[in-house]
Amino acid sequence: MNSSAGIAPTGETVVIEKPVLGAIIDRLWRDGYTVVGPTLAESAIVIDQVRAIDDLPIGWTDEQEAGMYRLRRREDRAYFGYAVGPHSWKQYLFPPKTTLYSIEFHADAMTVKPNVDPVPSYAFLGVRSCDLHAIEIQDRVFLHGPYVDRHYQARREKALIIAVHCAVAASTCFCASMGTGPRSVRGFDLALTELEGEFLVEIATPRGAAICDGIPSRAATGYELGAAARIVDKTRDSMKRSLNTNGLPDLLYQNLEHPRWDQVAERCLSCTNCTMVCPTCFCHALEDVPALDGASSEKIRQWDSCFNPDHAHMAGGNNRPDIRSRYRQWLTHKLASWVDQYGVSGCVGCGRCVTWCPVGIDITEEAAAIRGDQQ
Amino acid sequence: MTMTTMQSTSTADRTVRRAVLPDDDPFLPRPAFVTEIRGETPGIATYRIEFADPDRAAQYEYEPGQFNMLWMPGIGEVPISIASARDEGPGILHTIRATGRVTNAMAKLKPGSPIGMRGPYGRGWPLKQAEGRDVLVVSGGLGLAPLRPVVLALLANRDRYGKVVLMHGARTPKDLLYDYEYESWGKHGIETLITVDRGDVAWRGRVGVVPVLFNRISIDPVRTLMMTCGPEVLMRFAVAEAVAREIPEGWIYYSLERNMHCAIGLCGHCQLGPDFVCKDGPVFDHSQTARFFSREHF
Repeated sequence: MNSSAGIAPTGETVVIEKPVLGAIIDRLWRDGYTVVGPTLAESAIVIDQVRAIDDLPIGWTDEQEAGMYRLRRREDRAYFGYAVGPHSWKQYLFPPKTTLYSIEFHADAMTVKPNVDPVPSYAFLGVRSCDLHAIEIQDRVFLHGPYVDRHYQARREKALIIAVHCAVAASTCFCASMGTGPRSVRGFDLALTELEGEFLVEIATPRGAAICDGIPSRAATGYELGAAARIVDKTRDSMKRSLNTNGLPDLLYQNLEHPRWDQVAERCLSCTNCTMVCPTCFCHALEDVPALDGASSEKIRQWDSCFNPDHAHMAGGNNRPDIRSRYRQWLTHKLASWVDQYGVSGCVGCGRCVTWCPVGIDITEEAAAIRGDQQ
Repeated sequence: MTMTTMQSTSTADRTVRRAVLPDDDPFLPRPAFVTEIRGETPGIATYRIEFADPDRAAQYEYEPGQFNMLWMPGIGEVPISIASARDEGPGILHTIRATGRVTNAMAKLKPGSPIGMRGPYGRGWPLKQAEGRDVLVVSGGLGLAPLRPVVLALLANRDRYGKVVLMHGARTPKDLLYDYEYESWGKHGIETLITVDRGDVAWRGRVGVVPVLFNRISIDPVRTLMMTCGPEVLMRFAVAEAVAREIPEGWIYYSLERNMHCAIGLCGHCQLGPDFVCKDGPVFDHSQTARFFSREHF
C-alpha cells in the first residue's frame, strides 16, 4: 500500500509545468464542473470555489497544534504546501443542510414533492489521502448498507477527484499510523505530486485522462518519479503524532467505565466542533420545517452531533445526559464500533478534531491514556 | 417531477391520485390515512393506518416486532411498533402514547385524516425459533404493544409452542393496555399473569412489579425462550430473572427504544455499540448485546 513507486497501477504518469494546472482548472469549468479546492478565507485554508490558479493559497502554510491553527507565509511559492484545514469534502457530498422533500398544503389535500434540484458536478482539487479514505468511509455508510442514500449517491457519482500527495504534515496529522496516508493510493481520478517547478500527474481513470487530454505534458523521468516518492516518504517520517490501533476496539469496549472518561468530560465543552470538522462523522437530524404561512413545509436533513444533548433524547428520557457519556460515545464509535459497523476505523488520522477542539482534546492522547492504564 | 397527492377524504369515498414516487428514496413517506381510532388507556390510543395506494398496501409484509415511521407533515416523524396481527382487517394498528410534539399532534387526528407512513423496519421477534419451546412474554406498560402480535401469533398457531406465559404489568389498573383481551388470551391457552404497581378500590388482582411474577411460575430453562419489552428498567430486571433461572442468553430477546430519525441506519441516532437499533434491532437477543444492554448512559 505504501510502495514508493509514483505511478498509478493502471495509468500513466506525466509531468506538467506548474502554471498548466491553471489550464486544467479552466478545462474543468468548461466541461461543466464546479471546481472546489483550498482557498484563503477567515484566516484559514478553507475549501471553496477555485476559478483560477490564483485562488489557491500559493506561498501559504499552516501551523497546527491541539486547539491551535495559524496561517504562515512560506518562503517558496508552493501551491499545496499546507495540511488540511477545518473544511472537508464532506460538505459537498453530504451538505450540512439539504431539503429531502417538500410538502404543499391545500384546502383538502397535500402534495409531496421530492427534491429534484440539479446536483452540481464537483471537481475536488487537492484531496489528501486522509480525505480520500474519509470519502471511501462515507461511501460505506451511505452507499453500501441495506439502504442507499440517493442524495449522497447523486453527488458522489458526479464528483471528479484530483488528489495531492502530502508534502508537509501538520503536527496534528497521524494518517501514517492509521494506514490512511500520506500517499494517496486509490479513490482519485488524478493525483498530483508537487515538485519544484512541475507537477507529477498520475492519471488513474478515463475521466482523469479526459481532463488531461490536450494539456501540454511530457512523460515523467525516473528521477522525477523517485523525487516524488521521496517527498511523500519525508512527509511520513516527519509525522509527530500516532494512534496505536492494535486491538483498539476490544480495548475500548473493555474500558467503558475507565476514569479517563470522567477526566476528559471535565475538559470537553460538548461544543460539537470535532464532529463538524470530522470528514467521516455522518450523524444527521431529519426535521420538518414549516413555512411561516403554514402553506408548505420542508423535510430538512441537517448535520447532527452525538455531542448535542438531543442526540440520544427519546420519550423515556435522555440516554446520554452528560458529557462523559457523549464523549465516550464519540470516541468508542469512531475507533471501535465503527469497525464493527463498516469494517474499518472511523478515524483517518487527519487531525482536524485535535486542531479545532477549543480546549485541545487530542484523540490520540485519549486513546493512549486508556491503553496505558487498562482496566 | 414526481409528486404525490394525499387527499383528505373519508375512506368511504376515496379518490386518491395514484402515487407516483421514486420508489428508491427510502426517506420518502408514503401517503396513508388514519381509518380508525380506538381509545385505550389514559393518553394512549390505537390508530389503524392504511396506505392510500392499494398496491402498496397489498405488497406490505411485516414481522411482529417491526415498526413503521409515521409522519405528521410539517411536524415530524416517529417510530411506532406494529401492534396488529396479519388478520385484523385492512391497514396496520399502531398503539401510541401522546407524549411528544408529533404524538401529541397525532392525538388530534380523526378517522379520515391523512398521514405519512413508511416501513416496516428492523428485525422482529423470533417466532420461528420459539417453535417447540415454552415461551415467556414479559411486558410493562406500552411495551405490550409490539408483543401483542406475538401473543396473537402464538394463539393462532398454539399447537406449535409449549407452555406460553404472559406476564404484564402497568402502573394502575386504568393503565392496563388491551385489558379487554386478556380473558380471551387466557381461555385460549396463554397463562396470563397481570400485576399493577398500585391498585384501586375495584382492583382484585396482583399488586407489585412484573419481575416478582417470575416467582409465580416454573421455568424449564432447557426449553424456554423469553421475549420482553417495556421500560428499560423492567427489561433489566426481567433479563436478570431469566439469567438467574439459567435461560440461555441467546434465548432472551428484548425490544429496545432509542432516538430514531431515519429508521434506515443512516442518521446515527439509535446506535447501541456496534448496532443500529433501527436496522439491527429493535429486537435483540441478549447474547448479541449483553455487554451494552443496561450499561448506563451508553
